[in-house]
Amino acid sequence: MAQIFHRSANSLARFSILAVVFILVAIGGALSELQRSSYVTRQNEVRVQTPPFSHQHHVGGLGIDCRYCHTSVEVTNFAGIPPTKTCMNCHSQIWTNAPMLEPVRASFREGKSLRWQRVHDLPDFVYFDHGIHVAKGVGCNSCHGDVDNMPLMTQSKSLLMEWCLDCHRAPDKYVRPHQVVPERSGMLEAQKDLPPEHRDEGTIERQQAEYALFNARDQVFNVRYQPPSAFNPITVKFERWKGHEGETSTFTDQASLGRALIHEYNIRGPKEITSCNTCHR
Amino acid sequence: MSESCKTELRREKVNRLVNIAPSRLDLETVRQKLASARGKHYWRSLEELAEQPDFQELLHREFPRQASEWTDEVSRRNFLKLMSASLAFAGLTACTRQPTEHIVPYVRQPEETIPGKPLLFASAMPFGGHAFPVLVKSDMGRPIKVEGNPDHPAGNLGTDLFAQASLLDMYDPDRSQAVTVLGDVSTWGKFLESLQGPLVSQKPLKGAGIRFLTERSTSPTLASQMRAVLLAFPEAKWHQYEPVNRDNSRGGAQMAFGEDVAAQHRLENADIIVSLDANFLSSTENPQFLRNAAEFGRRRKADLKEKINRLYVVESTPTITGAKADHRLPLRAFEIEQFARALMAQISGGGGDTRFGNFLSALAKDLTAHRGSSVVIAGETQPPVVHALAHAMNDALGNAGRTVVYTDSVEVSPEGFRGCVDSLQDLNNDIQAGKVDLLMILGGNPVFDAPADLNFNENNQQLMKVPLRVHVGLYQNETSNICQWHVNQAHYLESWSDARTFDGTPTIIQPLIDPLYSGRTMHEVLTAFSNQPGLTSYDLLRAYWQGQHPGDFENFWRKSLHDGFVPGMGLQPRQVTLRSRDFPATSARSAGSGIEIVFRPDENIYDGRFANNGWLQELPKPLTKLTWDNAAVMGLNLAQKLDVVSEDLVEIELRGRKLKLPVWIEAGVPDQSVTVQLGYGRTHAGRVAQGAGVNTYRLRLSDAMQFASGAKLGKVDGHYQLAATHHHHNMEGRALVRAATVKEFEENPRFAHQELEEPSPGETLYFNYDYSKGYQWGMAIDTGSCIGCNTCVVACQAENNIPVVGKFEVTRGREMHWLRVDRYYTGTYENPKTHFQPVPCMQCEQAPCEVVCPVAATVHSTEGLNDMVYNRCVGTRYCSNNCPYKVRRFNFFLYSDYDTPVKKLMNNPDVTVRSRGVMEKCTYCIQRITRARITAEKEFVGAQHAYREIEDGEVKTACQQSCPADAIVFGNINDRNSRVSKLKAQPYNYSLLADLNTRPRTTYLAEVMNTNDELTGPDLMKEVENKVVTQEKEG
Repeated sequence: MAQIFHRSANSLARFSILAVVFILVAIGGALSELQRSSYVTRQNEVRVQTPPFSHQHHVGGLGIDCRYCHTSVEVTNFAGIPPTKTCMNCHSQIWTNAPMLEPVRASFREGKSLRWQRVHDLPDFVYFDHGIHVAKGVGCNSCHGDVDNMPLMTQSKSLLMEWCLDCHRAPDKYVRPHQVVPERSGMLEAQKDLPPEHRDEGTIERQQAEYALFNARDQVFNVRYQPPSAFNPITVKFERWKGHEGETSTFTDQASLGRALIHEYNIRGPKEITSCNTCHR
Repeated sequence: MSESCKTELRREKVNRLVNIAPSRLDLETVRQKLASARGKHYWRSLEELAEQPDFQELLHREFPRQASEWTDEVSRRNFLKLMSASLAFAGLTACTRQPTEHIVPYVRQPEETIPGKPLLFASAMPFGGHAFPVLVKSDMGRPIKVEGNPDHPAGNLGTDLFAQASLLDMYDPDRSQAVTVLGDVSTWGKFLESLQGPLVSQKPLKGAGIRFLTERSTSPTLASQMRAVLLAFPEAKWHQYEPVNRDNSRGGAQMAFGEDVAAQHRLENADIIVSLDANFLSSTENPQFLRNAAEFGRRRKADLKEKINRLYVVESTPTITGAKADHRLPLRAFEIEQFARALMAQISGGGGDTRFGNFLSALAKDLTAHRGSSVVIAGETQPPVVHALAHAMNDALGNAGRTVVYTDSVEVSPEGFRGCVDSLQDLNNDIQAGKVDLLMILGGNPVFDAPADLNFNENNQQLMKVPLRVHVGLYQNETSNICQWHVNQAHYLESWSDARTFDGTPTIIQPLIDPLYSGRTMHEVLTAFSNQPGLTSYDLLRAYWQGQHPGDFENFWRKSLHDGFVPGMGLQPRQVTLRSRDFPATSARSAGSGIEIVFRPDENIYDGRFANNGWLQELPKPLTKLTWDNAAVMGLNLAQKLDVVSEDLVEIELRGRKLKLPVWIEAGVPDQSVTVQLGYGRTHAGRVAQGAGVNTYRLRLSDAMQFASGAKLGKVDGHYQLAATHHHHNMEGRALVRAATVKEFEENPRFAHQELEEPSPGETLYFNYDYSKGYQWGMAIDTGSCIGCNTCVVACQAENNIPVVGKFEVTRGREMHWLRVDRYYTGTYENPKTHFQPVPCMQCEQAPCEVVCPVAATVHSTEGLNDMVYNRCVGTRYCSNNCPYKVRRFNFFLYSDYDTPVKKLMNNPDVTVRSRGVMEKCTYCIQRITRARITAEKEFVGAQHAYREIEDGEVKTACQQSCPADAIVFGNINDRNSRVSKLKAQPYNYSLLADLNTRPRTTYLAEVMNTNDELTGPDLMKEVENKVVTQEKEG
């Protein structure tokens, strides 16, 4: 009887044993990548909304504060999606006939709610509270990305648990002050050191005006906030940091600003805020 | 899963499992063991006491019998196939994409509605006519939790269990959802129209053919409406009937004072309380429950700020009031009248009566020594004469005006009203005489719960000949079944109405939600008889109160709504004069020979109205620990005589009526007496009620509504499995409850501690957490104040989305209550002393559950809690196995209701709804802690605007908030000034199983009893200590 298998089958068999290990690892790796992929997390996926509300226009273009629409963001866990009435505050006066806004007018007319696709959707076993994050100096765009550049809202972060923990383990990496002391302007300071032929007096004037406005705002809701750097030093006056009340300090790096703000905002230690019951119950 | 359907399916299986029930209990062995037992120890059941081998085996298993066996249809092989497939796919579940969800905002956001921020509204639950004040939590327009109203003058601590469970009633999908005529769906408009014809023809007859049958009521608006209706139809008659009523106390007051007055007891002033079959610590009997529980609880605290009161209870069946007694005398119901007479005679200086031993003389002596600071309370189950005797005794002891005050009756009743049974009898007589053309049954379920001899049901030819019969009710029930029209009533959480609390304070009932099924209130139904049919109850209510407060009405109205009551309108105490001290004896009818049957409203489902409420059906009854059923509850002696054990069937024969019931043997039941609970055996009720228990109204006759003598009992073949939880989560006879008398306590304040038991803090292999900083949560439960009313268990269920599992699952020990109230007996079987011990998660500082979890699903928080992370749990159940307190609950199936849309509205949005295969347990209401912390951290205090800390009392766990006796205290133990730290510093504070060094955060305050030296036996605590010592030797 002839051999059924060719001699090469031996090496194939040996190889296949190796291959199985390799394939299993590969499957595992692939699954773990899949889980983190934007396909599963729906990161950066553009959602079609009716009407196609543009944060780019309303926030970036018009400079409307986040809290004008998301009224309960400081008060409670849910930031709040504005009732149709909020849209109509302006749109009963401007763009009153724009076809794009017909769904809004129809909703107001008929008393039927608009129906938005939820973009940032945490799993149901996660209990997130906007109010406390805002109070402790977590900026809106730290989690929601550059909303002022989003014609349609997308989820710019993965919203995976590891992403949450990144901040909960070291909140000093991200927190920002609510109020900054408006007297210094980093960009202007930087221009001061330039030779006179490189200075732009017009720009300086405009920037000065812009900075005055910028500095007066609550930085948590400032979508154009930049963390401190050598070119953008940030001055903060402390009010509640025990032993530092009334002191003013200037920071040129996030690490030292973050550490100071942890005291100022009385942020609990990483151990406390990574306790499971912080988010799960 | 809809648990009711499941129960239906499983019920058959229950019967199949019968053949693997434990071997029959040998009562003779028990008796011998009892006789030979030396020393006092705590036990929970006969089996435990008898130490039968198979019971021992049962205890040593992780789960009770059959809990871990595979008894389902699917074969083991198929199961394994499925399991391996599930395992293979399990890893993939984490990769599921989040499905698209939608956000639907308001068009115009209502004022004060902030999504995510619940609101509280004051209202009241009408129960037995009386109002029970509540605050209802509303999340986005959905009522999600009922709490007590902390400002209400008629009781500002907690609620009763019915108020807690009424939430589930409102969301009950089995509620009647439409107006029906002859079973077909109709409309409200058509109903009003159909009434017009008969009303027009009744007009010239002055309404001679109209009869109203309502439940008891205290509603001022309803009263004024009824007055108006009876003015328009002067010949119409208004009847009232409820199977559980206050006829006897009203009759007693009539007998004693000649007028319809109500007694209000002031337990805060009473050093000696005597109960003559009065279950005054239960809302099933006493509308003053909230106040009684609060005042009684306050005066049972071992801090001795106030003198501990002394409670004597003479009762015909074990109740929670009897359980709290310092001295309890079980007597047959008919003997209690004799006892009351004998006591009266002794108080008035008469001779001794030897029938009741030294109990009577000691009691009489104690009472006469406490003139003006004692109180005698008669129970609703006792005939009017016992009430009259109690009034006379209070009068003789000078208690009137101090511990008992008299006011006008708060109930509104028709002219010349005599009592519920008489009223129904009058109605029935009129029906038999063919005088009735239109019968309006407004609420209630008389066809189910009327006395059996009235034959008020479909077999009643004359009743079925009444031309128009209308039933208004929450459910399509036995009564709507015999009526042509049924109008679906709105639940109190959906209605505008009003009612008075026992002290007369009018309380506005406001709706929390639009009626889910367009239900109508009684007020709206009654408009059909006025010239303004269709007026809303809101208009009616406002119109009535405007008439009462013509001045600044808007302000008055807004304030009354906001506070939940109209201040200053409570009934004022008034003078009454006792007519006589000698009252005629009750007819010999009830005082006969033979076995006595005592009828009691069920502790859970009351008169049957809550029969479709799964939370209440599954709640273990305070003493028998039965769920889902009623039984013939009897003592050991009678059972032995009848040669029956628990779960055998007996046939009760009472004046020719026969009924088969399962037996339940219980400690403390008087000899020759059987107690049966009312309300079970519903035939036309929802899915939950169907098939639960036996209808004992069939034995209840109009001349023996509370108890009846002369019954014959006989054993019949068969076995009926009862789902009792008294063996579940057993901690094997260790000394878990600690109690002492005042004297023992004064001699040794640390009586609750046993020196051997507490290892030093360093002695541990577990990780030592640093508990010195931040909030460290802890709980102290006062077993002295706890009255075992079970309110906390239902409150926990409502707060934490705890599912109902059904009878079959309960028989396997799979009930899901995070908090259980253990009941322990000590002493003799005939008359034991009962102790209650609520057991939530102990939140051990060194928790055995945490170290065995392979997936870190249960971990320690920095604030000392054992966190349970459902989404991590894979269901190994190791934690439950390693928990010495047996407080973990496992979702063996998908118990939570994921399907019924209306039930989803009820869930607390702050708590995860757990799925199958997940372990769960008490979390100290972590959602409430988190909310309080976030609120505090966003606020600043003082001139420096410093960060605010959570104040003491700011976080209340659900059990604590609902407790009417203030027995549960929760707070930060790092704060030296918090209430909980102060309690934990008391010498009588002890931990459960402290020798295990788990360092529980939940600790107990031992019970201190104020016993009468003349009646006490040997030293209580010494024997407990002996017991512990023996155990340690054994161990």
